[in-house]
Amino acid sequence: MAKLTINGRVHEVQVDPETPLLWVIREQIGLTGTKYGCGIAQCGACTVHVDGVATRSCSMPVSAVTEAQRITTIEGLSPDGSHPVQKAWVALDVPQCGYCQSGMIMAAAALLAETPKPSVADIRAGITNICRCGTYNRVQAAIQQAAGISAAG
Amino acid sequence: MNAIAPLSRRGFFSVSAAAGAFTLGIRAPLAQTASLPGATFGGVPEINAWVVVKPDDSVVIRIARSEMGQGTLTGLAQLVAEELDCDWAKVTTEYPTPGQNLARNRVWGDFSTGGSRGIRESNEYVRKGGAAARMMLVQAAADAWGVAAAECRAAKSVVTHTASGRTATYGSLAVAAAKLTPPATIALKDPKDWTIAGKPLPRLDTVDKTTGKQVYGADLKLPGMLNASIRDCPVFGGKLKGFDEAAAMARPGVRKVVRVGESAVAVVAETWWQANTALDALKIEWDAGSNQAVSQATIDATLKEGLGAAEAFVGNKAGDARAALPKAAKTVEATYTFPFQNHATMEPMNATAVWNADRCEVWCPTQNGEASLAAAAEAAGLRPAQCEVHKTLLGGGFGRRGWQDFVRQAVAIAKEMPGTPVKLLWSREEDMLHGRYHPITACKLTAGLDPQGNLDSLHMRISGQSIIAGIAPQMLQGGADSRVFQGLNPGGAEGAFGYAVPNLLIDHAMRNPHVPPGFWRGVNVNQNAVYMECFIDEVAQAAGKDPLDFRRALLKGSPKHLAVLNAVAEKGGWGKPAPAGRHRGLAQIMGYGSYVAACAEVTVSPAGEVTIHKITAATDCGHAVNPQQIAAQIEGSFAYGLTAMLYGECTVKDGAMEQANFDTYPIMRLAEMPAVESIVMPSGGFWGGVGEPTIAVAAPAVLNAIFAATGKRVRQLPLKHADLRRA
Ligand code: FES
Ligand code: FES
Repeated sequence: MAKLTINGRVHEVQVDPETPLLWVIREQIGLTGTKYGCGIAQCGACTVHVDGVATRSCSMPVSAVTEAQRITTIEGLSPDGSHPVQKAWVALDVPQCGYCQSGMIMAAAALLAETPKPSVADIRAGITNICRCGTYNRVQAAIQQAAGISAAG
Repeated sequence: MNAIAPLSRRGFFSVSAAAGAFTLGIRAPLAQTASLPGATFGGVPEINAWVVVKPDDSVVIRIARSEMGQGTLTGLAQLVAEELDCDWAKVTTEYPTPGQNLARNRVWGDFSTGGSRGIRESNEYVRKGGAAARMMLVQAAADAWGVAAAECRAAKSVVTHTASGRTATYGSLAVAAAKLTPPATIALKDPKDWTIAGKPLPRLDTVDKTTGKQVYGADLKLPGMLNASIRDCPVFGGKLKGFDEAAAMARPGVRKVVRVGESAVAVVAETWWQANTALDALKIEWDAGSNQAVSQATIDATLKEGLGAAEAFVGNKAGDARAALPKAAKTVEATYTFPFQNHATMEPMNATAVWNADRCEVWCPTQNGEASLAAAAEAAGLRPAQCEVHKTLLGGGFGRRGWQDFVRQAVAIAKEMPGTPVKLLWSREEDMLHGRYHPITACKLTAGLDPQGNLDSLHMRISGQSIIAGIAPQMLQGGADSRVFQGLNPGGAEGAFGYAVPNLLIDHAMRNPHVPPGFWRGVNVNQNAVYMECFIDEVAQAAGKDPLDFRRALLKGSPKHLAVLNAVAEKGGWGKPAPAGRHRGLAQIMGYGSYVAACAEVTVSPAGEVTIHKITAATDCGHAVNPQQIAAQIEGSFAYGLTAMLYGECTVKDGAMEQANFDTYPIMRLAEMPAVESIVMPSGGFWGGVGEPTIAVAAPAVLNAIFAATGKRVRQLPLKHADLRRA
């Protein structure tokens, strides 16, 4: 049995300790905003925050997380889509198919928490998620907008 | 919007199945079924198949094509709303189901979503649907007021009687309008009068994609649902010999191990993770068959043989290239290759099915709902009328989800567990090993210049795979696949070859390996643009001419091709000094009804590392329905096309694909993405697609810039094989 603190609530789950956190979040907890893309820490579709740090949940066994660690998923980033990153995403119409976007937004929110005024180079080095639809330029612009810096900067 | 119909939601199906009276017979195949009761939507009668107006004035616009990120849902809704003259803020959308379309004599026309056809091929009848609904709403108001319809006007969901100033909202008129006879003649607005279409409106489907609420096929949950993971024989054409299920069955949560068709086995468990790990534990024996002898080297050798073969299908011909080439003052020759690519949609293939002896329902992300319905019925052993398909949003399509292999598999598995919904989700590995791959081709080009350095003769020999031969051989014409020549045709919407060459021969030696081909976003324009646009640069160089000037001279008779080329040259700074160390390259092509061009700006470091700084891209798509979404498609097209150019390659070993995940099939990331400046320049008078054509100019524009930087021609894709270090 594992005890997990997800989006501020404690959940007890009966699950093989080897199960990746991603699949516990999706299948036991039932939060499907966090996506499966590769299962090998390559794409970032499964990105959640563990104590505020962007983490690829497909490659973290549930047994590696303790109850004391705070896990945040896209559903818990804000109660109503009002996180500055989410607002910037809507304002710039970033998503295409949208499948990668939960992971992108979680990666972006963690980046800004660590570096509130990132340079373009910080953003380009910090966001390593795959978007097959190619929303990268709007992702970059939306992170700048969320950080309150003009696209030219 | 985009709701997932729960299992119990059969009422809508049965109501709609009996409907049709107010359906407009706008265009074959949109046949009209007379004397049936009107279709309703939650108790509200539809005005026609495309439009429902609720009493609170909200408008539901029906969208037949699939949304997979390309923005067609918003674009089609804009077109209907434009003609409807409704309040855009009140618009929501809904997908009719393939079963409803079947029951209503295909009132919504074609569901198939591919070839950048969503808007270019359905714009007329969806606009007529909106216009007819507006005319009926106006007529209903006029009838109520006892005035002539011509004295009334409609705007923002309100009908006004001009003389008296009386008004009525669409919501108050909808019931009466639904009872009227649809108008016989419908006039459409001139696009220059558009106020909703043609505007850079925000997408209708963005918010839920930022909160995790958006449900994809992979996220579907149904009561009592089980989960399945599958493994198909890795060698294409191989079979499943047998399996020892003991180890898999002993694992937690596992319910069943199922043979699927002749070549696959699936594990069904409570959760997908359990199913997938049990599948790893399953001992499987394959009968790989003769294809296991095929390697990349044998495929490459076959293509190479085709480059010099005597027999080939002719796609475009002028003068006599074979006779002219030996007489040329100077000849240029080069051979290019373009490898297999996987679509690699971010959401792996999946489908959820529930089978009963008299009914089968499927939920899936599909680019062709009607084909999904047909596949479901076939696999279920039922009639199509006993089946239904509910489309979910697609986590990417790019052509892959026009195939229905995953639907057939899901139904076959569900059939083994009657009454229980089963969701089949492919692992990324399964998705990579069982794609429908971008066809593999090679191309040998020979050009002859006259003494003044003009291009006098050109032979372009394409050797390689035909998609049509692989998927629908009955559509070949005398054995030939005309689609191989996309972008190189003498004329037509699928890509007219813009250059005037007095002696021209473009032909195709068909060589089909055992790898299943598919329509991969951009399809055959992709490699044809690389071949033609890189080679034309080589010819310009041999002629001692500037690549822009050389192209301009050849495009004199192709003003639309020329216009996009000129636009990128001007905005991209062609002929002006580039920032230190940067070099530029050009490319242009026509495809999917649109004219596109690109000017790329790159640096190549002494160590051979390429940085693509910026691409200026122009598109003339005739009419632009949503310019900001066209810009998004252009940007996305560069990411897709440049990924293929930089990394994209699937190779065959022992009859199977070698690349099974993103570690061996890398995808371009943000750090590598160039700035993109889009020039959307619709010239009017035609409808071109926007989701695909730009992909084709991505690689050649960059490769030509790399040549400008290094003096090296890269003729074998992907670029990762090239050594660009300075000697
Ligand atoms: S699913 Fe975790 S990184 Fe791809
Ligand atoms: S929006 Fe489709 S994969 Fe990123």
